[in-house]
Amino acid sequence: MSKLNSKWMGLFCLSMLLLMLISGCAKEKKTYKVGAIFAITGSASWLGEPEKKTAEMIKEEINAAGGINGHLLDLIIEDTVGDETKTVNAVNKLIEKDKVLAIIGPSRSGTTMAIVPIVEKAEVPLVSCAAAEAIVSPVAERHWVFKTPQKDTDAVIRIYEHMQDKEIAKIAIITGTTGFGDQGRKQLKKYAEKMEITIVADETYGPGDTDMTPQLIKIKGTNAQAIVNWSIVPAQSIVPKNMRQLGMTIPLYQSHGFGNIKYAAAAGEAGEGIIFPAGRLLVADVLPEDHPQKTVLTEYKKAYEEKYREPVSTFGGHAYDALKLVIVALQQAGPDRAKIRDELENIKGFVGTGGIFNFSPEDHSGLTKEAFEMLTVKEGNFTLTE
Amino acid sequence: MGNSYAIESQEMSTSIILQLILSGVTIGSIYAMVALGFNIIYNSTSIINFAQGEFVMLGGMFMVSLVGPLNLPMWVAFPIAVLAVTLIGMAFERLCIHPLKMPSVLSLIIITIAGSILLKGGAMFAWGKETFSLPHFSTEKPILLLEATILPQTVWILGIIGMVVLLLALFFRFTIVGKAMRACAANRPAASLVGINVKRIVLLSFALSAAIGAIAGIIITPISLMDYERGAILGLKGFGAAVLGGLGNPMGAVVAGFLIGIVESLCAGLISSHYKDAVGLVVLLMVLFIKPSGLFGSAQVSKLKKF
Repeated sequence: MSKLNSKWMGLFCLSMLLLMLISGCAKEKKTYKVGAIFAITGSASWLGEPEKKTAEMIKEEINAAGGINGHLLDLIIEDTVGDETKTVNAVNKLIEKDKVLAIIGPSRSGTTMAIVPIVEKAEVPLVSCAAAEAIVSPVAERHWVFKTPQKDTDAVIRIYEHMQDKEIAKIAIITGTTGFGDQGRKQLKKYAEKMEITIVADETYGPGDTDMTPQLIKIKGTNAQAIVNWSIVPAQSIVPKNMRQLGMTIPLYQSHGFGNIKYAAAAGEAGEGIIFPAGRLLVADVLPEDHPQKTVLTEYKKAYEEKYREPVSTFGGHAYDALKLVIVALQQAGPDRAKIRDELENIKGFVGTGGIFNFSPEDHSGLTKEAFEMLTVKEGNFTLTE
Repeated sequence: MGNSYAIESQEMSTSIILQLILSGVTIGSIYAMVALGFNIIYNSTSIINFAQGEFVMLGGMFMVSLVGPLNLPMWVAFPIAVLAVTLIGMAFERLCIHPLKMPSVLSLIIITIAGSILLKGGAMFAWGKETFSLPHFSTEKPILLLEATILPQTVWILGIIGMVVLLLALFFRFTIVGKAMRACAANRPAASLVGINVKRIVLLSFALSAAIGAIAGIIITPISLMDYERGAILGLKGFGAAVLGGLGNPMGAVVAGFLIGIVESLCAGLISSHYKDAVGLVVLLMVLFIKPSGLFGSAQVSKLKKF
């Protein structure tokens, strides 16, 4: 009797052990869910599309290499259409239904600001791909929010520093009327005084404008020594063309919104010599070999361009940095939202496409003005200024 | 010393104003072309075709593809691009406007809005989201006119608009089809009673306005660049010009287009570019308050219209 019992007992123990082993295996395979929200369609789709493609590429790479500490990455991508309401809905779905560990995106500053209160309340880490400084400041109210693009103000500072080197003190600004242009106009005016630069003309143009000669004629009538053209819409390429038409030869500075080779192509010969600040992704090939970002930039560029057969853009780079940062944090923290946030805040010396990130409890943007390089257009290509 | 400075600045200002007017003509010529297209469809159907701006965009885009990747010479690509957009305009009418049994003006207008979204989306898939440019028809070297400069491309635009307006005037005045279209515009039931096939006239008007839109798109792309989203903004400004000139009056549309362009340009150059779009609209509103039928529209004709 006792022999029989012990036999049954042994069988029972064995089956329990087997069961535990199986469930253990299942637990081992549990995926890490990360949400990604981009403006994949709509008027900001030129931001969202490369971001989505980049995120998908990284996901495939990381899963092919065995995932994060053995956990496969499950990237749940939602389209915001660049619209605030749709972004809010997408984020609520990701948090409530999908129970993601962290979120990357959205693409635009406006949509990011719309969801900041939501992620703060739900306590979900967010790494935005939009540039506005308000996204991460004041940092006390942005406990859960980080961002990867360089700051607009740093672009302004880099332009003004370049001007100081060239002894340019009186400038004209011409800005687009969209959010990006308007924000740039404010920052240009704000920093001009601090850096002893006088703005002698302040003009704007709409995204659908076809001719900027009236604005430029007005600028021509002033004693401006240089022009800053701050915009992110295609119409910005018309400004150099019109300047040439009017025989204006003063230097033209543009914003990092010019960082798309298509815009330089659209400006044609008139675009030669334009000076603008941008991340180093655009000049990855001509960067010196010993530059710390060289490997990351060339590898990302090569992988993206081989996979999608289109030129890489800095916007895709912002998504690259955002997702890679989340992956780094996940490796250290595991599936715990609060720990992921703490890890993100402590990341130091992370080499991304936008620059070298050093986060801290006081700084959730992680980049300095050194993340920008002053570039110029030479024979239709972007290159470093001498 | 002071005196000579004053004279110099005065000379300067006349040349500035001349330059501003020339820029205004460049800008206005684009509005005028779009406004022309609005009028032709309005005349035969009394609807505003909100897809008119998309025809302009499509014209530019087809031209970009024909000249760029296919490497055709300009003079070959031009008619092909116009023809392609004309066919799209006709297909649009046959598929969206024609099948309706008892269309109200409102439902027709909403259909054209849907059509514009469809065309824009289609263009996004076909050409992507990039901005394209075209080589100028002749040299890019500005022509010196008195003390101002004008791009040769602007001269091309003005010449082509002049020709289009002239041909349209001749067509409406002297051909039987043109007369039939005018009859439809004046009184649709009566035109139908005397044996004019009104539905065919509607098809023709879509073909014609698509062709004019395409021409506009092709000639402006070298100056203004083109992307899949451009149509809506061009359509809006062109619509303003069409209303200002008096809906249904092609000559009025052209004059109003130039007027809005020049007013915008003078405002941007002399006052501030921040207000230039507003000034264009204020002029439009003022004219409509004083003369609701538009600058050249007849009050009697506009009473007969449904919209």
